[in-house]
Order: sequence, then C-alpha cells, then structure tokens
Amino acid sequence: MSGYSITEPSAGQKWFAGTLVAIYALVTLLPLAWIVATSFKSPADSIAYPPKVIFDPTVEGYVNLFTTRTRIPADQVDSLPPPANFAEQIVRDQGMMITGPSRYGARFLNSVIIGFGSTFLSIFLGTLAAYAFSRFRVPLKDDLMFFILSTRMMPPIAVAIPIFLMFRSLGLSDTHLGMILLYTAVNISLAVWLLKGFIDEIPREYEEAALIDGYTRFQAFYKVVLPQAATGIASTAIFCLIFAWNEYAFAVLLTSGVAQTAPPFIPTIIGVGGQDWPAVAAGATLFLIPVVVFTVLLRKHLLRGITFGAVRK
Amino acid sequence: MSESAIDRVAAATPAGIARRVRGLSDRAIAWLFVAPAIFLLLAVNIFPLIWTIRLSFTNYAANRPNRAVEWVGLRNYQRILTDADTWANMQTTAHFLVWTLFFQVLIGFTLAWLINRKFRGNDLVTTLIVMPMMLSPAVVGNFWTFLYQPQIGLINYAVEFVTGIPASSFSMLGPGGWARWAIVIVDTWMWTPFVMLICLAGLRSIPDYIYEAAEIDRASKWRQFWTITIPMVLPFLMLAVLFRGIENFKMFDLVVLLTGGGPGDETLLASIDLKREAFEKWRTGHSSAYAIILFVTVFGLASIYVKALNKVKER
Repeated sequence: MSGYSITEPSAGQKWFAGTLVAIYALVTLLPLAWIVATSFKSPADSIAYPPKVIFDPTVEGYVNLFTTRTRIPADQVDSLPPPANFAEQIVRDQGMMITGPSRYGARFLNSVIIGFGSTFLSIFLGTLAAYAFSRFRVPLKDDLMFFILSTRMMPPIAVAIPIFLMFRSLGLSDTHLGMILLYTAVNISLAVWLLKGFIDEIPREYEEAALIDGYTRFQAFYKVVLPQAATGIASTAIFCLIFAWNEYAFAVLLTSGVAQTAPPFIPTIIGVGGQDWPAVAAGATLFLIPVVVFTVLLRKHLLRGITFGAVRK
Repeated sequence: MSESAIDRVAAATPAGIARRVRGLSDRAIAWLFVAPAIFLLLAVNIFPLIWTIRLSFTNYAANRPNRAVEWVGLRNYQRILTDADTWANMQTTAHFLVWTLFFQVLIGFTLAWLINRKFRGNDLVTTLIVMPMMLSPAVVGNFWTFLYQPQIGLINYAVEFVTGIPASSFSMLGPGGWARWAIVIVDTWMWTPFVMLICLAGLRSIPDYIYEAAEIDRASKWRQFWTITIPMVLPFLMLAVLFRGIENFKMFDLVVLLTGGGPGDETLLASIDLKREAFEKWRTGHSSAYAIILFVTVFGLASIYVKALNKVKER
C-alpha cells in the first residue's frame, strides 16, 4: 500500500500480531512435528520420560512399518546367514528376523487406487453436471442443487447401515469398486458445487463465439470451457482426493481386508508387546505428507473448497 | 438472465435443422450431463435412505438375515425417544458441540483478526496454521492418544512442566472426567483454522473506506470494532458455525479413535453410539430409527439456522 493510510495498522501493531500468530503456529504444529520426530525414534526413546527432544535418529520405525518380524533365540543367531541389507541389520539388532512384508504397503496402495479412482469419477460426473447447471435452464435447478448438497448432511454411520446391506447383496463389500462408487457419491456434492462456481466465472461469450464458428455444443464444451476451467478442475480434484484419502468411517465399516485403506489400518499397527509408536508414527508421516504437499499447492483455493464454494476470496 | 444472441438464433432455428447443424439439443445435453450424477446420488444416497426408513419400522438384525422380520410400527422410535441413555448421549453431543464451537469461534476469530493486521509473512503462517484440518482425522486422532498418555505423553509432561501437577497423577482419556474435555481440545486444535480462514475472508471483505469514514467521524477503535467489524463478519462467522455444527453433530472419526466413546459412556457421541448399536449389537432396525432421528435433527436444526443466517445477510 502506498502513501499514508489511516486504516493501515502501525508497525508496532503488526509486530505484536505477528508474534502472537507465530506462537500459535508453533504450538499448533508441535503435535505434527512430534509425529515426524517419533517416527525416527527407537521404541525405547519413543516412550522415554521426560519426552526426548534430542535423540539418536533411526529408521527402525519405518523398517518395522513395512515388515513382519519374529524373535529369534540368542543361540540361533549365529547359525543365520549374515544380514543382506540395512533393514535386515536393524531388525537383527533387535534380536529378531524379517519374516515378510507387512500389510502397510498394500493398504497404502488401496488408498491410492480408491482415492484416484473416486476422484476421477467425481470430477468426470461433477464437471458434466456443473456445466449443465451453469449454462442450461435445468428444470428445478435450485432444488436439485440443494438436494445434491443435502446428501452431505447425513451422518456417515446412518447411510452405512443400508450401504452395508446393499454392498453385501451386490457382492461389493470390501471391494475397490464399491469404495470408489461410495466415495464418488460423497464427493459429487463438493465437485458439482465447486465446479459450478468455477464455470460460472468463465464468460459465456467464449462458447457463443465458438458456436457461431460452427462448433457443436459438445465441441464448445470440451475445446473451450474445459481448458478455461482447468485450474478450477484441478483444485476441485485435489479436494476430492484429500477427502477420499482421509475418510475413515465408511472405510472401517465396509472394508476389512482386500480393499481396506490406510486410515483404518494405521491405528491397528502393533509391535511385539504393545503399540509400536515409532512404526505408527512412520505410517502416519508417510500418509500425511501427500496431503501437506497438496495443501501448499491449494492454498489459494482453500477457502473456496472447504465452504463448497460459498465463500470466494 | 437475459437471452443472448445465440439463444435467440437457437430458438428461431427449426428443431430438425438445429439437430443436424449442432448435434444434440441443449435440453438433451443438459439432461445427459446431469443424469449420471443424480443417478449415482439416488443409488448410493437416496435409495439407502429409503431403505433405512423402511428398516426403522422392523426388528431386522443384519447378522441374522434368516430370522423372520417383524413389522414393529413406531416401537423403535418410541423406545429411543423415551430411553434415558439417548438423552444422555444427546447431552454429551451437545457438550461437545457447544464447547468446540465456542473455542473455535473465539480462537479462530482472534487469529483471523491478528492475521488481518497484514504483518510480513502472514500468507506463509496462514498456510502453516491450516495444516491440522487437512489431515486424516483418524490418523491424527490415533496419534493424539499417544500424546495424551499419562506416563509418557507430551501433554501430561507439558502440564507438569507448567503447573507442577505430577504427569502420572491424571489421565486425559481415562477416568476422572477429563475425557470430554480431551476431545474438545483435539477438535479445537484440528478445526480452529477452518473458522479462522472463513473469518479472514470476512475481515478482508470489509472495504477500507468504511473505517476511513468512521475515523473522520471520530469513532473510537472500540466502537469501530463493535459497529463495523463484528456486524460485517457475522454472516461469515455464522456460515463457519453452520459447517462446523453439522460436522461435529455427525462427529465420528476423530473421537472414536481418541476414546471410542469411553471411559464408560463419558464421550459417547450420537454417531459413536449409533455405530455400537448398528455394527456391534447388530440391532439394525433399532439403529435405523436412531439414524433417521439424527438425520431429521441435523436437517431441522440446519434449516432453522439457515433461515436465521439469511436474515442476518439481508440486514
């Protein structure tokens, strides 16, 4: 801002406000920093009292996260072949040997498949519907839009009962397809509302020019509107992906093995004798990192996304 | 909406020619585009809802599909609404709802107001502060049980460090009455940024000239705050409360991983109770009625609230 303004806060005010907000940021990020720190601790360090801020970092938590292990009696250690890699060495140092991969990798992959699958489908269906709502006189438009939004007010557990029964009779229980369809249905409300807002902002004149040039409606839609809406579509997609990635209630009730995603799995990670907190923290860290990256990418559209497009900056 | 040139040309073109020239009619395209989304919602949302309503009048149990299903009329509803436990859960839910909203509005608004002082780096710090709300509630909630451990947890250690109360003398998630506050703390930690972001948008929407005019009229800063800032942010704040209110009424993931409803029934929110009835006790008919009651409650409260919100906006 140039020149003198009576509404511009004074330097002292700015300094004071900045300090308070920085303190809040530090306190609020401490639990997240603690997750990352714990993932690099040894199990003993992770449960030390007072809590250890300075510790010897180790990747034991990550190794434990990805493997299953069994304890070997001390007298048999010598008869084993020497450890083949660093992971095996770490496990051997705990007096154990690797017996195979854990299920974390598979659960993480399920999250990726279901997350991307449902995002793709919600964006595909959502863009079509949003375009129609934005450009055409759809009968009962407001009622339909409200109906789409109201599906979000249902407590997930309430819908889960009949969906559980429905999936059971259709053979969709614990399948990727079932979860993709379910998350798509949940995300479609967000996709339609957000995308309608983005498409509303594209001037109609562009398409009209294209139509006069002899394009069909369909061509105008995908050659003119879609490229214009690309940013909006991308940010909507990230919001859908984050929702599917984080979802827990449906996942825990409707999946148990084949299609189980990471959120219901991570809390069940246990080590030998009690919860293996470094492994849990390692699982959490790897799972949370993509969302942190996406949040940074999304920061300009964050407000719009979390309010279903009700508030635009 | 004024008719554009293309609409008038379209209206004047005979349907047969129009189809040959431009492919499908606009109306057909509109339906073609909207139908798949609506169909999916009908199949995965509305059909199950109707099914729930039907089940709510029966004694069906999903784990015993072969048992004869009896029609019990309104008995499920009657039993739920006259059950003292239901009302105890409603009170637990209300406690959670009221206090989380109170703290989130208080802290969220204060933060937004401070960030709106436009100090250097306010964009960066805003991005950092919003992190907790973007993360998986289940994964984060699970980790908070570690932070809350009485012997080894960070929270108890911090309390001992600041107040001198021994860390092992209390348990935030165990018996002793702290659990209902423990879930309020975690929810507030997680969702305060949500309220903050919306308030910030509200504060930024107030044009400078209003304050300049008030300055010229010699209104005190205090008076400017109560007669300009608050009324103009209010619609935004109310919207934030609406979103958080609906979400926290349905709250499941964060709290079920923190306490599972315990100790005892101390943090048994409505959704967690519903999960126990439906998927642990397998009283499908009973829990369907419960689900309908909860849905009607959310829907009813939200509709009344939206009316109030629209009144505030009109002022």
